[in-house]
Amino acid sequence: MAPKRKPKLSVWKFASCDGCQLSLLDCEDELLTIAGAVEIAYFVEASRAMVKGPYDLTLVDGSITTAHDAAVIQRVRRASKYLVALGACANSGGIQALRNFTDVNDFIDAVYAKPQHIKTLKESTPIAAHVKVDFALNGCPINKHQLLAVLSAFLQGRPPMARSHSVCVDCKLQGNVCVMVMGAPCLGPVTHAGCGALCPTYHRGCYGCYGPKETPNPAALSAWFSQRLGMSEANLVRAFRAFYANAPAFRQESEAHDK
Amino acid sequence: MTASSLKVGARVTLAAGDFQHLLDALAGRGYRVMSPTLEDGRLIYGEIGKVTDLPIGWTAFQEGGTFRLEHRQDQAFFGFAVGQQSWKQFLLPPHQTLWQAQREGSGWGIIPQVQEIPQFAFLGVRSCELEAMAVQDRVFLQGAHVESTYRARRESAFIVALNCAHQDPGTCFCVSMGTGPRATAGFDLALTELLQGEEHGFVVEIGTDRGAEVIRQVPRRAATSGEVDAAARAVAAVAGNMGRRLDTTGIQELFYDNYEHPRWDEVAARCLNCGNCTLVCPTCFCHTLEDSMDLPGAVAERRRRLDSCFTVDFSYLHGGSIRTSPRSRYRQWLTHKLATWIDQFGCSGCVGCGRCITWCPVGIDITEEVRAIRETAAGPPKE
Repeated sequence: MAPKRKPKLSVWKFASCDGCQLSLLDCEDELLTIAGAVEIAYFVEASRAMVKGPYDLTLVDGSITTAHDAAVIQRVRRASKYLVALGACANSGGIQALRNFTDVNDFIDAVYAKPQHIKTLKESTPIAAHVKVDFALNGCPINKHQLLAVLSAFLQGRPPMARSHSVCVDCKLQGNVCVMVMGAPCLGPVTHAGCGALCPTYHRGCYGCYGPKETPNPAALSAWFSQRLGMSEANLVRAFRAFYANAPAFRQESEAHDK
Repeated sequence: MTASSLKVGARVTLAAGDFQHLLDALAGRGYRVMSPTLEDGRLIYGEIGKVTDLPIGWTAFQEGGTFRLEHRQDQAFFGFAVGQQSWKQFLLPPHQTLWQAQREGSGWGIIPQVQEIPQFAFLGVRSCELEAMAVQDRVFLQGAHVESTYRARRESAFIVALNCAHQDPGTCFCVSMGTGPRATAGFDLALTELLQGEEHGFVVEIGTDRGAEVIRQVPRRAATSGEVDAAARAVAAVAGNMGRRLDTTGIQELFYDNYEHPRWDEVAARCLNCGNCTLVCPTCFCHTLEDSMDLPGAVAERRRRLDSCFTVDFSYLHGGSIRTSPRSRYRQWLTHKLATWIDQFGCSGCVGCGRCITWCPVGIDITEEVRAIRETAAGPPKE
């Protein structure tokens, strides 16, 4: 029997801070195992070797903010059998999607000395707005253990598991006492699990870094923040307009308070 | 008092100043004493060794979605109602690896899991919590399939119950559910704290021979009738001052006749479907199984973890979830808790501890929901 060909992995970056693809390099203990299990064919951040597609597994980091990137993601998709979008940028547009709430030209004029050289799209959009995404791994940044689970599931031909329930489930399983009931506003009840309830474990409210959970109810949470915890409308806008500002559930909620 | 008079049902008095001897006696018998204690300003159940580890002089203000620790005027050891955590976290761990398997040639070999069974003494178990354990006993210990981890931990646990006294009733409604506030069974020892009129101490009721053996090692004297009366009065005061009330009359029919009540839509608009109510509930037992494999595909593992019926995946059957709307999930949970649980296990799934009210991040109150449905309930379906 011929030895099984190692699956070809490619990693692509669009508009992002790189944090999610760095999560792959952050798998220090497992990195050699990964390199043994897949052929790292295209990963500019890690290797100058650039092997052409097609790729068996493609990881995409970042959102689409330029016409160039909008064209590249089409080519990446065509070259990829299975495409996983990593993180807040790739799955919602990221923090740079704050431009979607205003006129991007105002930012360009304010930030760049020579704005005429900047070519950008009006909005920052998720990968799924351009091409089919086979699996969305959320987080800002993603959790490396979840990334390993996704890789492992792919190698074994199983569906990846990254539960989309609330942060509260993971928080309670760890035995944390609820920070919100103790008085701190927390986005945990509307936020996708995956971080291991990091902030509540350190007695801080959740910032929503993993985006909206399944069937979220941000309006009910906002009502409590406002009526019982005294949060201003301006702070409600800020609470929902962060890493996942452009995710529909959070976008709708921040717009409801942005009068 | 002679050792021979320390029989089941006997009551002795333990001075607050001698309480350390009780902890020492339990530790001396190999128990890890788990008790309400403060950690980083939070009331939890954790291991203690000294009396000063108890939340002495603290009470808790509780309302829907609100919990605040406050100082008391006195030095009560147990001057608060229950906190978020419940004993279920010790009896069935929220995470557990059930088995692992290792690839061996073309097949798999099972790697046995060695279960360490900790020997716990639970200190300060309220009556509602004893009843919650009795509910979980029906789930895990009855029938053909006994949950072995639960059984081993449950059987080895020593239980020091605590009759509720001198506390803000918060969101409690054990009187409505017939589950408290006095512990009547299921304990080795049951304490009632004495604060007023008498010296600070505890009336201790002996529940088992095992409990009597522990008490023999502790300085004590026979309880006076005045102390026994004071203890009974303190518990009666709590019973007469419940924070909530739930009318259980015809509760099954109430739910079965009102699946389409408009209140389900109203509560679904407020419900975050975050799952907190189920996770803090001392009787909710649902678990899920998760399989994983290491990267090389050489070792597989099956883990069990506590789950919640408020997640979409919980009702995932072939092809999809059958309870996709938060409304259907809230209705399922409350209907099970208060009605179909009775059909399934012969008892209510609710013990009136109030945790789901206090620890709902937006303060949804099941007693209020039941009241609202009852007020405008539909009758039985017409033939």
